[in-house]
Amino acid sequence: MMRLDSKIPSGPLESKWDRHRFSEKLVSPNNKRNLTVIVVGAGLAGASAASTLGQLGYHVSCFCFHDSPRRAHSIAAQGGINAAKNYQDDGDSVGRLFYDTIKGGDFRSREANVYRLAQVSTQIVDQCVALGIPFAREYGGQLANRSFGGVQVSRTFYCRGQTGQQLLLGAYSALCWQIERGQVTMHPRTELLDLILVDGQARGIVARDLVTGRISAHMAHAVVLATGGYSNVYYLSTNASGCNVTATYRAWKHGAAFANPCFTQIHPTAIPPGDVHQAKLTLMSESLRNDGRLWVPKLSADHRSPGDIPLPDRDYFLERRYPRFGNLAPRDIASRAVKVVCDEGRGVGPGGRGVYLDFSDVMEQQGLEVVRERYGNLFEMYHRITGEDAYQVPMRIYPAPHYTMGGLWVDYNLMSTVPGLFVIGEANFADHGANRLGASSLMQGLADGYFILPYTIGHYLATATLPPIPDDHAEAREAIQRVETRIHRLLTVKGCRTAAMFHRELGTLLWNHCGMSRNESGLTSALRAIPTLREEFWRDVMVPGSGNSFNQELEYAGRVADYLEFAELLCHDALHRQESCGAHFREEYQTEDGEPRRDDAQFAYVAAWEYREETVPVVHKEPLAFEFVPPTMRSYQ
Amino acid sequence: MTFTLKIWRQSSPSEQGRFVTYEANDVSPGMSFLEMLDGVNQRLLRSGEEPVAFDQDCREGICGSCALVINGIPHGPDQGITTCQLYMRRFSDGASITIEPWRAKAFPILRDLVVDRSALDRIMQAGGYISVNTGGAVDGNVLLIGKDQAETAMDAASCIGCGACVAACKNASAMLFVAAKVSHLATLPQGRPERARRVNAMLDAMDREGFGSCGNQYECEAVCPKRITVGFIAKLNHEYLRAGIVESGLPNEPESPYAESS
Repeated sequence: MMRLDSKIPSGPLESKWDRHRFSEKLVSPNNKRNLTVIVVGAGLAGASAASTLGQLGYHVSCFCFHDSPRRAHSIAAQGGINAAKNYQDDGDSVGRLFYDTIKGGDFRSREANVYRLAQVSTQIVDQCVALGIPFAREYGGQLANRSFGGVQVSRTFYCRGQTGQQLLLGAYSALCWQIERGQVTMHPRTELLDLILVDGQARGIVARDLVTGRISAHMAHAVVLATGGYSNVYYLSTNASGCNVTATYRAWKHGAAFANPCFTQIHPTAIPPGDVHQAKLTLMSESLRNDGRLWVPKLSADHRSPGDIPLPDRDYFLERRYPRFGNLAPRDIASRAVKVVCDEGRGVGPGGRGVYLDFSDVMEQQGLEVVRERYGNLFEMYHRITGEDAYQVPMRIYPAPHYTMGGLWVDYNLMSTVPGLFVIGEANFADHGANRLGASSLMQGLADGYFILPYTIGHYLATATLPPIPDDHAEAREAIQRVETRIHRLLTVKGCRTAAMFHRELGTLLWNHCGMSRNESGLTSALRAIPTLREEFWRDVMVPGSGNSFNQELEYAGRVADYLEFAELLCHDALHRQESCGAHFREEYQTEDGEPRRDDAQFAYVAAWEYREETVPVVHKEPLAFEFVPPTMRSYQ
Repeated sequence: MTFTLKIWRQSSPSEQGRFVTYEANDVSPGMSFLEMLDGVNQRLLRSGEEPVAFDQDCREGICGSCALVINGIPHGPDQGITTCQLYMRRFSDGASITIEPWRAKAFPILRDLVVDRSALDRIMQAGGYISVNTGGAVDGNVLLIGKDQAETAMDAASCIGCGACVAACKNASAMLFVAAKVSHLATLPQGRPERARRVNAMLDAMDREGFGSCGNQYECEAVCPKRITVGFIAKLNHEYLRAGIVESGLPNEPESPYAESS
């Protein structure tokens, strides 16, 4: 029977983390060098954890499927990283960052975790400066800040529109140092395909060398998953094409609870999908909504060009529905509002999937040069992709799957329900509740990797009984056998349809039934359709080549196979949560004017799903108690 | 649109590679170059053939994975973009397009258009970092850094490590790559304590990996998707010279604790 013990320390919120650190057992320096930790993933969370654990004296084996640890998708984060520094003296504080994050997450995250995140946020920025990250500066030499969606203070630190890149390269440089020192062994182009449990503890992984196809077991004293989110389950998303759910899904099948999988963030401002060949959706920075106004024609099927539609025939729908926040309404709210007008047949562009993001007012008031200075690079990017000049005609945007708040359930120590299996960054569920605020993902990834996991994993290693195990342990041999059998199966179907065709079909199904808004009948029909699609996949997929060579199609087919199973879990969670909160909008639970209706009496809990072979997963509930911030209705009207 | 593609195929590092001609049909002008290749691969797959292997991931020009030489030019005909940011409307209908991998001694071909760029990682491991432990960092505003210096450091730091500079250089030199990292860290006060050791270690590693020397032809700058300028190679040479003076024990210029704006 699965037990969810969040291990939240007692006592005042402000001192929980300090007291917890003091009560944690330490590993002596002599013993650290005899302990090996596997870190899977080398994005912000993985690279910062691997480098810090190496520096502490552990031996670390770090795995990534890219050719270099510098390429993880953290690199694509544009806007910035939040920290409660209050450098602007505008009333920011740890408490305010905590409050904004709890409220932004629609009261579906743990107070203790979020408070700790806000506390360490200030250390993160200092650490990044020490690593040489070229944050934007003021003329006086001090760090510059910008403001971001959903908050009233200026606390976001940034490196032009490439903050994720610079933070990742900083963590990568720290990792490089530890590789050079021999503390970290890096395994690039190597993919986790299974987890190895010995006596119920996570003790290793099975990985495939993507160049040679060699499958091998790697043993350790603890395993850390830093493998990111699963937005690619929707096929089209803002994620990189390699992002996948395989590691966390495999862990789930070994007994790690999966928490709140239905909390998937749809970002409002992406370039609309074009033709069927499109492989990804490109995000346009949220900052555009500072000056751009969203509108659609008032009448459906109005095919006039935007310039010919006079003001009275336009509907500035965000300003109309949310006069207080207008075009700066939070991501979940803005995305849904876009969906509503498109569903009414008032969408613009091919297939009616798009709304205008119009800069003509600000260009008229402040001049074209001001817009060029602020957003020039984004306008250039838009032009390159669509061939349209947004200085002349309004941009068209449409929501796109972007980030997943759900992930493997972890306790306060970031350990999953499998002892010795730690989960950090986007891969865990912990800090963002039902909706993540902008500039918070970089903060969480680095908080976990630099400042939280290195402490908490020490306590586990100091207190757990971890007998030595050989690389050819029976469990390892069995896990290798499982992986080899599965690869053999994929290669021998020899059907007619490609993995991409199945992936696209699954993505469309989920987008329609478990996307921006969900309802019982849609989810039920998706739950019927997914197993059928999965059976077709295993009967009719075409994977060429062999397992013991460089075979990108084999890698991809394996990931799609996992998505075809995981999608069911996603729908189960969405179906069971009979309320609307944050990014999860159930059509049955809305107010008369179409706002989400949260149900704290019944659903103020974390839904942690347990895997059951051949039957539906079982949900376990971790109640969320709000001692310090009483839940209120989020209103942006 | 329709194109004739001449694509480099090579099934393993040891095999002799060759160009194979494929037709790309039903291409729309709004498709990216990589989406066009996806289409070719889907067709190959459906006819039971092995698809063309190429590296790609973010498809928005920042991860540095994609790496194709298109008609002889790394990342194709446009400046300041990666391969994934190239769209088919850039080509005329019916054109013939040659697609090759990065070619350099230090980048062995793994399969088709995929090369092994781990040599760049080993250069970074030799010294492309500031040796600072996690924890105990001073407040970020203790080090005042002039806006100009921060901007210059950012210009250099925007390198995505794709290796186009190497592929474009007839000496297959990695000077622009090394210059970007050395300049980024030498411009900032945090990077100053290790600047002499860093430049020597990274240049030694570059030589060891089999990259050539700079020939001052500026092809690297012309193809860099992040428009990193050869001015940073001058900065690298300056740092190298300075390191020699530091090592010789001769008096060196006094260091300001802050990076100044000019």
